Amino acid sequence: MDIKLQQVSYAYSKGTPFEKYALHDVELSIASGTYEAIIGHTGSGKSTILQHFNGLLKPSSGTVHIGDRVVEAGKKAKELKPIRQKVGIVFQFPEHQLFEETVLKDIMFGPMNFGVSEKDAEKRARELITLVGLPDNILEKSPFDLSGGQMRRVAIAGVLAMEPEVIVLDEPTAGLDPRGQKEIMDLFYTLHKEKGLTTILVTHSMEDAARYADRIAIMHEGKCVLTGEPRALFADSATLAKYRLEPPRVVRFQHKVEQMIGKKLSKVCLIEEELAEELGQAIREGRAEQ
Amino acid sequence: MMEKMIFGRYIPGNSFVHQLDPRSKLIFVFAFIIIVFLANNIVTYAILLAFTLFVILMSRIRLYFLVNGLKPVIFLMAFTFILHILMNKEGAVLLDLGFMKIHEEGLKQGIFISMRFLVLVFITSILTLTTSPISITDGLETLLNPLKKIKLPVHELALMMSISLRFIPTLMDETDKIMKAQMARGSDLSAGPLKDRLKAVVPLLVPLFVSAFKRAEDLATAMEVRGYRGGEGRTRYRQLKWDIKDTMSLVLLLAVAATLWLLRN
Ligand SMILES: Nc1ncnc2c1ncn2[C@@H]1O[C@H](COP(=O)(O)OP(=O)(O)OP(=O)(O)O)[C@@H](O)[C@H]1O
Ligand SMILES: [Mg+2]
Repeated sequence: MDIKLQQVSYAYSKGTPFEKYALHDVELSIASGTYEAIIGHTGSGKSTILQHFNGLLKPSSGTVHIGDRVVEAGKKAKELKPIRQKVGIVFQFPEHQLFEETVLKDIMFGPMNFGVSEKDAEKRARELITLVGLPDNILEKSPFDLSGGQMRRVAIAGVLAMEPEVIVLDEPTAGLDPRGQKEIMDLFYTLHKEKGLTTILVTHSMEDAARYADRIAIMHEGKCVLTGEPRALFADSATLAKYRLEPPRVVRFQHKVEQMIGKKLSKVCLIEEELAEELGQAIREGRAEQ
Repeated sequence: MMEKMIFGRYIPGNSFVHQLDPRSKLIFVFAFIIIVFLANNIVTYAILLAFTLFVILMSRIRLYFLVNGLKPVIFLMAFTFILHILMNKEGAVLLDLGFMKIHEEGLKQGIFISMRFLVLVFITSILTLTTSPISITDGLETLLNPLKKIKLPVHELALMMSISLRFIPTLMDETDKIMKAQMARGSDLSAGPLKDRLKAVVPLLVPLFVSAFKRAEDLATAMEVRGYRGGEGRTRYRQLKWDIKDTMSLVLLLAVAATLWLLRN
């Protein structure tokens, strides 16, 4: 399912003294099957933009295409529910949405809203709880007795249980332990690779954006200022700095090394493994020259 | 959704009304509520309305925002107006529509009652729109201070009020967030039969209560670790200052009240 935003602007509290434009003429298109990262300084409009992806917010002006559905400013959008099943959103701090008596029931809440039978919903819940890395017996517990990290995983399972075609993640790992962060990010990456799930990740971690994303969009003061492939985008520190961002640690490290040895590596490396390989190559070449 | 309501919100500004001491504003509003009942004919109601518009002008709050933000209240007003026209059968018949007659008294009373409603809502809204919640509580606490003698826990009441006022916007934001999260999971608050809609409230209320209790607990802990011990001997950072402006505005109100008294039937 492709998602396309054309000239989208959005104002909070429109028509009151508190009116505030959070998006200005945003142009963005995300092709089906891509892993897209949206990065940007805090308050740049990332959370606002992603609520347009399933019709939770309607643009103040402009149009949003979600698959073959069109949400247009000023027009009444009817029956958005089918869209919400196809585009799942994991909000910032999703643990706040838990409410059922048991974890099992909470995970089943989403699919059952979309007409999945109780039996199938339970089956999905049992599969997913293992997938998100929690023990089976947690299903019978109250969600309010879990730790923050466990609640987060349950909330994520609750969104995955709807079996969406597009998954939108708003800083899904904020506040988790480093190991847990990696597990969650790897889980989404596996789903993306194996099931072809279109994934949209809002993140403050340049490392995650570099490691997982096919494409990156940069938000700055309510505008989508730049889109492109991670390698090209992260090579240009000067532009990033203009938008109050920094390249990932690996890239910064590479720049330092290149300065010290007075030689450019053959490409910008996005992850540690790549950099290790390139450096090994450079060292071997260096020896051969001597 | 709830963004449009301006009832109970504060718009920072620097107008004459903004600069007044909260105490004088509170006295003004309470006195005004009584004075409104002095009006009982066309002239006095006209004066009342003109005076209200003058106060709005002095507050530099745009009339458009006021009317727009108070739409639900204005709807209620229209309702009482129509009710009066339908029910009151005194005085000469002004208009005969066959199935119903509009009587002179009915029309008059309808207009008067809705006017009374309108000026009251406008003036109280101007109070909350031009005074920060903290100042309102400070003002109220100072005004009620004499009641401490009869063992009324004035400080505690004021604190409760300021905490509630402080958390209204937070809770509204929270409601909005949780509502969106549940809508994204397919729960539907605005469609379907009533039974389903009522059911859809549970996923909203449970997380809201959980977070409200958690917030309350955190706040209590935070206050305790910072050594809060209640109102006894507590000094103030914000000092209230009674100005010539405050006296002036109350004198003006007194003048209006006297005029109404003279011109009423
Ligand atoms: N409910 C709201 N009412 C009014 N203004 C809002 C609301 N939500 C967000 N804003 C404003 O809109 C702008 C964009 O906010 P948004 O939440 O989209 O930022 P963000 O990029 O997600 O930031 P962060 O990285 O901190 O999550 C901000 O300036 C914010 O103050
Ligand atoms: Mg955000």
